Amino acid sequence: MGVGEVREAEGYRERIARRAAMEIEDGMIINLGIGIPTLVADYIPREKRVFFHAENGILGTGPSPAKGEENPMLCNAGGFPVTLMPGASFFDSATAFAIIRRGLLDMTILGVLEVSEKGDIANWIVPGKRVPGMGGAMELAQKAKRVMVLTTHLDKNGRSKVIRECSLPLTARGAADLIITDMAVMEVRADGLYLREVMHPYTVADVIGATEAELKIDGEVTVFE
Amino acid sequence: MAHTGDRFDKVVSLEHALSYFHSGMTLMVGGFGGVGNPPTLIEGILEKGIREITLISNDTAFPHIGVGRLVTERRVKKVIASHIGSNPNAGAQMTAGELEVEFCPQGILAERVRAGGVGLGGILSDIGIGTIAEKGKTKVTVGDKEYLLETPLTAEVAIVHAKKADRFGNLVYDTSARNFNPLVAMAGDITIVEADEIVQIGDLHPEEIVTPGVFVDMIVQSKGVNWRWAWEK
Repeated sequence: MGVGEVREAEGYRERIARRAAMEIEDGMIINLGIGIPTLVADYIPREKRVFFHAENGILGTGPSPAKGEENPMLCNAGGFPVTLMPGASFFDSATAFAIIRRGLLDMTILGVLEVSEKGDIANWIVPGKRVPGMGGAMELAQKAKRVMVLTTHLDKNGRSKVIRECSLPLTARGAADLIITDMAVMEVRADGLYLREVMHPYTVADVIGATEAELKIDGEVTVFE
Repeated sequence: MAHTGDRFDKVVSLEHALSYFHSGMTLMVGGFGGVGNPPTLIEGILEKGIREITLISNDTAFPHIGVGRLVTERRVKKVIASHIGSNPNAGAQMTAGELEVEFCPQGILAERVRAGGVGLGGILSDIGIGTIAEKGKTKVTVGDKEYLLETPLTAEVAIVHAKKADRFGNLVYDTSARNFNPLVAMAGDITIVEADEIVQIGDLHPEEIVTPGVFVDMIVQSKGVNWRWAWEK
């Protein structure tokens, strides 16, 4: 099967999010980035209690409000209206980032432009082309206890986004712990990048062929359906 | 602090507040993606024809929302922000060399504003070490750890949005519209609050006040948000 075909057929964004949600444990404090990471919230089982942190100053955001029930002042960091969970709190931006820098986030889930086999992350600037700014990504990538990267395996031009060395300016060095793409689940360890799972119907050979980074294998590579 | 008369009644007309704005000024604005930007003061800046602004703000919002309107109408010559991605006009002006952009990691921007507001000479942080964010910054070693020296930010005028203000300037914010507002409120040579509701001194419970009124110079009545939010369809 050709790379990319699965995306159309099975909703690759949702599948990445569903796999990512399996990494979440009861009691975690989590920050979700924009894009695929936002979808993860929909796949966390009810019995796992988590608090979502929004860097614009909320701990304990809940689902989107019903249409017509929005409070325009009560938004997540992506600018979309949210609701609150019991126990939620508001605070200013300095406190929002105090929570991040002090290492109180158990997990941050980020999108990337590039991620390297050493866990380097680039996600805020394509010099001369697209320059959105880093927002809170440097703090999140550098300071969360666990950094999970969710991305398509390939960019729009079919090039691997999982690479040996990032070519774009970095957001943070050695930050990523786990990388989940539409093709594979990969873990960054001290001695390199390990292929842990392939996404159905891709094979280990498909993934290695589509990945510019060196992929190591240690034991069995399982298939995520 | 530029007090304008009665310290216990800082409510002024929009026209009076705008008399403190001039082209070429440094302007700090509270808000995040437009949420918590003061709409009436921004409208006033546009109507008064203020230009060549050096803007300090978390972001440039959206093209037709909040502080984004200042960029869209080309009133800003330089912006210090963490993010401009939601406002394509900012990116286009930057690429064309018409808008100077200084990027700062968001939490560091918050602390630089706070440092300016609380009278500190700078802060030390390890955020962005090993990236281009460290360019031009002094490195300071404390013990065996290396930090970047981040400089404080203040502005000639700081404008903030509050849900409620009493006439002394004690402020209560509105849910996540708090964001940068309490920090910005401390960092202006002149701080002007736009409040949805203005109440009498004594009407706010001391426990609910987030910003003590001593940081505030003037209060204007908000006319409310005059834009459609990006999520409103």
